Amino acid sequence: MGKYVLRRIVQLIPVLIGITFLSFAMMRIAGSDAITEMYAGKGAVDQAIIDAARADLGLDKPFLTQYFSWLGGMLTGDMGTSYISGRNVFDTFVSKLPATLLLTALSILLTIIISIPLGVLAAVRHDKFTDYLIRFTSFVGNSLPNFFVAMLLMYFLSIKMGWLPVISNGLSVKSAAMPTLTLAIAMSAKYLRQVRATVLEELNKDYVYGAQARGVRGRVTLWKSVMKSSMLTIITLLALSIGSLLGGTAIIESIFMWDGVGKLAVDAITMRDYPIIQAYVVWMAIIYVLVNLITDLLYHAMDPRIRLGVVQD
Amino acid sequence: MKKEPTVRVQKLRRDTLKARLILFSTLAILLLLASIFCEQLCPYDPYAQDLSIAKMAPSAEHVFGTDRYGRDMLSRVIVGAKTSIFSTLLLVAIITVIGTIVGVFAAWVGGWTDTILMRISDLFLAFPGLVFALAVAGVLGGGLHNAIIALAAISWPKFARIARSQTLAQKEMPYFRAAKLAGGSSMKTIVKHVLPNIMGPILVTSMLDIGTMMMELAGLSFLGLGAKPPAAEWGSMISDTRGLLQTAPWLTFAPGLAIFVSVMIFNLLGDTVRDYLDPKMRGGQRA
Repeated sequence: MGKYVLRRIVQLIPVLIGITFLSFAMMRIAGSDAITEMYAGKGAVDQAIIDAARADLGLDKPFLTQYFSWLGGMLTGDMGTSYISGRNVFDTFVSKLPATLLLTALSILLTIIISIPLGVLAAVRHDKFTDYLIRFTSFVGNSLPNFFVAMLLMYFLSIKMGWLPVISNGLSVKSAAMPTLTLAIAMSAKYLRQVRATVLEELNKDYVYGAQARGVRGRVTLWKSVMKSSMLTIITLLALSIGSLLGGTAIIESIFMWDGVGKLAVDAITMRDYPIIQAYVVWMAIIYVLVNLITDLLYHAMDPRIRLGVVQD
Repeated sequence: MKKEPTVRVQKLRRDTLKARLILFSTLAILLLLASIFCEQLCPYDPYAQDLSIAKMAPSAEHVFGTDRYGRDMLSRVIVGAKTSIFSTLLLVAIITVIGTIVGVFAAWVGGWTDTILMRISDLFLAFPGLVFALAVAGVLGGGLHNAIIALAAISWPKFARIARSQTLAQKEMPYFRAAKLAGGSSMKTIVKHVLPNIMGPILVTSMLDIGTMMMELAGLSFLGLGAKPPAAEWGSMISDTRGLLQTAPWLTFAPGLAIFVSVMIFNLLGDTVRDYLDPKMRGGQRA
């Protein structure tokens, strides 16, 4: 087990090198850099000043030199300083994490609370009115872009009712309410369908009829057996969602001025703030590997038939 | 309880499915026609400004009201249909073609090429799509064309995966060996035999993807990385007017409603086509 985990963490290294190199290359191909963006719209600036600023950040050096000096710094724990704010990249990044973590935790929790009971209900009441109603609602939710949901919530909950603040002021559950609700609505709509399909498939298996024939109460079969096997699929989905939420939800974070890593990344991309972008890419790669690893471990815990290392991939 | 549906119920289901297919295709075609003939459908010039009627609430003359420059919202939403719907269809067409080519190629060649291509597509599938698209769009700069390129760059792997597994399955079929034995060249076998056999699932996936892609494209425009004002595009119209949410909410709701309705129509059509092509559903037994 320990060896397996270690091997998976070692696998992180090629992923990290590959993805950071790719993103490094991509930003350089773009042609414009932080200096161009900074002096854009400031009228004519002496070329000497621009060159000096560029040399100052090391942007005049060949591409590979830049990459290896960044990688070297990274390995010694120095991720550089932001081109724009001049602040330490690692500190900047870490300061944005709590907001994203809070939003991720709250919206996943709300999604679970909404989608699992309703999905199970729809499956149990298959082809009855309740099922149709739940499916219709989830269909509507699936057809609404999340930024439009955000607008609707802003209008009805904040402007009309005045219940919640329009944009966040600081890190609190109250300011997190709107972004959480927006994300949970979009995710629940997706999950409802999948929970329903998974449970329905499980309910149609022979052992359920067997249990019924032996006189086991329906509720017992549902919660003890059916839910247990359905959980495997649901957990995989949840893990993937957690992964992408931890990457920050660029649109939602920008709309609600939620100061998380998604907004940081979008700002950094528009300003060509390479060190921040690189930090973000490293963060995403780590999440990618960790989420996969945790899913595998959970699989193993829930279904011992799945042998780690044998059925991996 | 598990019960085989009676023949009568099976026929009823088939008939409703067919009726649904006709209804949703008609709606989709109407939507397409509306976006083709949008200029003729507009009650007013969508770009004509008239500050004397700025920010008017919805009324009989201006069903969706007017924006801050006095432009008629209904006309702008109708014109926006052309941009939003056709760029989405173009995007879906691009990713379907690229994904299919990559997938068939990977399955055909096999070996290292296959492994590398599939690892690349895994990476794309695992990363949160929109952030990746943002990065690509950020690199390329804004504009609708670049937004399409950015979304295409991150969305092809899904189709590559499907095309690959379908091709692999076809390679095991007796007819395929027969085609090979008959001396057909690779290109001929692929075009004449493999492609027609794998197109079904791929087309269903692309139909189901239209709605998602429309929302993602609108999302990029919303962030200012897609179509730029004054061009009428639904995503950028929402972003453009959200500052006025308090005083003139109809400006935000009109394009939002347009996205919602179009996505809904394409999703319903996609679902129905999938059910229709699924022999299990046609036979009456539900999956």
